[in-house]
Amino acid sequence: MRDRFALFALAGLALMVAAPFLLQAVLPANQAQFWTANVLGRAVVFGIIAMSLTFLATYGGFISLAQMMIAGVAGYTVAVFVEGAVPRIVGGLGYGLAIPLGVLAATVMGLVVGAISVRTRDIYLLMITLALSMGVFRFVETNIAWFNGYEGIRNVVGPELFGLGFRDPWLFYYVALGTAALLLAGVLYLVRSPFGLVLQGIRDNPRRVAALGYDVALHRIAAFGVAGFIAGCGGVLATIYNIGISPGSIGLGATVNVLIMSVIGGLGHPVGAFLGSLIFTVFDTFAANLYDRDRFNTLIGAVFLIIVLVSPDGVIGIGARLRRLLGGSKP
Amino acid sequence: MTSRISRRSALLGGTGLAVAGLAAPAIAQRAPIRLGGIATLEGPFATGGQDAYRCVQMELDRINSTVGGRRIEFIRESSNAQADVALARARKLIEQDNVDIILGPLSGAEGIALRDYSRTLTGKTIVNGSSGAADTTLRNPSPNFFRFSTDGTQWMAGLGNHVFRNMNIREVAVAAGDYAFPYAQVFGFNIEYCRAGGRVQHYWAPLGTTDFSAQIAQINRSNAGAIVVVHGGTDGLAFMTQYAQSGGTKPLIAGSIMADQTMLSARGPHRRVMVGMISGGPIADVIDDPSWREFVERYRRRWLNEGGFQSPSIHGVNYTTNLYGILHALREVDGDLSNNQQAFQRALANARITAPTGAAVRLDHNRQAISDIFLNRIEERDGRAQVVAFARAQQINQTLGTPEAQFLALGAPSRDNPGCVPAAS
Repeated sequence: MRDRFALFALAGLALMVAAPFLLQAVLPANQAQFWTANVLGRAVVFGIIAMSLTFLATYGGFISLAQMMIAGVAGYTVAVFVEGAVPRIVGGLGYGLAIPLGVLAATVMGLVVGAISVRTRDIYLLMITLALSMGVFRFVETNIAWFNGYEGIRNVVGPELFGLGFRDPWLFYYVALGTAALLLAGVLYLVRSPFGLVLQGIRDNPRRVAALGYDVALHRIAAFGVAGFIAGCGGVLATIYNIGISPGSIGLGATVNVLIMSVIGGLGHPVGAFLGSLIFTVFDTFAANLYDRDRFNTLIGAVFLIIVLVSPDGVIGIGARLRRLLGGSKP
Repeated sequence: MTSRISRRSALLGGTGLAVAGLAAPAIAQRAPIRLGGIATLEGPFATGGQDAYRCVQMELDRINSTVGGRRIEFIRESSNAQADVALARARKLIEQDNVDIILGPLSGAEGIALRDYSRTLTGKTIVNGSSGAADTTLRNPSPNFFRFSTDGTQWMAGLGNHVFRNMNIREVAVAAGDYAFPYAQVFGFNIEYCRAGGRVQHYWAPLGTTDFSAQIAQINRSNAGAIVVVHGGTDGLAFMTQYAQSGGTKPLIAGSIMADQTMLSARGPHRRVMVGMISGGPIADVIDDPSWREFVERYRRRWLNEGGFQSPSIHGVNYTTNLYGILHALREVDGDLSNNQQAFQRALANARITAPTGAAVRLDHNRQAISDIFLNRIEERDGRAQVVAFARAQQINQTLGTPEAQFLALGAPSRDNPGCVPAAS
């Protein structure tokens, strides 16, 4: 089973690597570029953020609504410190320093969120993480001196790599894809390590894990730290993709979008986050073409409802269901 | 059991078909001019976005969607007043739908995001919709971004002088939202008012404030001879309602989005204090100008029974003004967008048009409109409150007549830099 998954994962990765070339073969040049950067690329970037939630939910049983806010902390840190951002808040750092600083800030924020919410479960955890993310959202929206309020910080264009601007569609896509693949591999490795096993033990029965002598609180906080790191990577990429960051990027809408991505993808496996974010991005981009432009949100909502109705464990559950359907009544 | 399976397969099949339908891309046709629109049909400014599309639709229908011998294909997209969303929609319009020109967006942060995006484009043009942040064109302007509508600072032109000279008020309380658009408006008011010799006390409140009672109590006790209210949307409504309930009697001066049909058509005690309120802005409900009367008449005929307002909104008029700029330039170049739109962009830069309000519009070297601003008073007419223009400041530029270098040296408007520079300096 595990080998079969590895095979699937490699096939999926190969498909994603080849996707820009395949798109170029079937679409006109500018549309291929659009699909590469603004459908696939955007899906991968938000998939990373959604994966930080899926990681927590799948292996720890924690549904955190703070992940988009944590990603925003990384984005804001980069925007505040990097040279060339408008308006200049602190500036002076190159991307080589600002990006690790951003990811570090997100990791710390993840630890803080984990520590604050360490004694809550289920709906209470959901509420406390939602409250934290709304608190940060309101703070950056009203703080002018550090975050430039409602307008946010613009012109975060990203570093130059290999003589190309970071926002070159192909370069951006492959960097995002590489980051996502590394993070996914890291998550899959981590959950097989002793730390990951304890985490899954906590999900199933925290009391027994504590009785075995493990520090449940510490493991929980560390898991939030890992999720913060993942979200931070996604947040930096999202900020560069959007050429800057504004409070809207971490508001309630964005927070809920990440949850929707995770849920429609399926909370059973981290790869579901990417499937979910791909479906979300495609519908978010094209729903207005398919349906009345004043009411296209209805279509988006209906599609998500159908997915969750048909398969409560999201898109990755559909595969298993199909196998069961086709394979008849094998146990 | 079998029926369960077949229902599921049907649902799955349906979802599969829907996804497959998405994958088939629209093949771009080159013959018509493709004009993309971005306005907010969701979120807090949805009514403004809807009205913008009403006006654009009406004006395109009037010319049968044809200009310079080419058809115009109008592709509408919706944003929710967030910069990221506007950017994603603009990318989709340019790269997927292959539009030549974008008309939009509606709000300030979106405008700055699209300005930055337009700089990365060649052979494409973005013409503003209704976004009014000064910096969109004033600082780091983009060669591909044009704005035929005036900005939030310009909209206050003439108001400061009117309050000081004609109303004879020496001190005012400014109650304003703590974000970019009110900063720009307060800046525009203060530049004139403080230069004339007036004193200003500021009362800032963050966007989304619902309780203004503490500020209103302070203002009512202060020496201020009038209140300048620069809030928008529900904040403005809350301030006015609570001011009316506090029994306030000071004269009211208002920012441009306060004196709007969206405010006046809401029911509540605020309507009593708002009659007589003075404001500045690019439009009014009643302007003594034949082209405006004709525009309003057409608007009401077309839209009044289909959800339109009594009179076109500020966003509708701004989109229309920018659309006029596009149509004028397309006519000049006979619909020729070849050569990376160079001729078209030159025609845009040199365009001289008349806005629906009858105001003459031309662009400055930053591709920003120089146009007329109206001084308005809210009056009861025909049994309803209307914004009536009683004076017009001619040809206001983006720096309100101050030399540009001097204006830029004042710095960007903010709560620490509200533009109150005494005459001596």
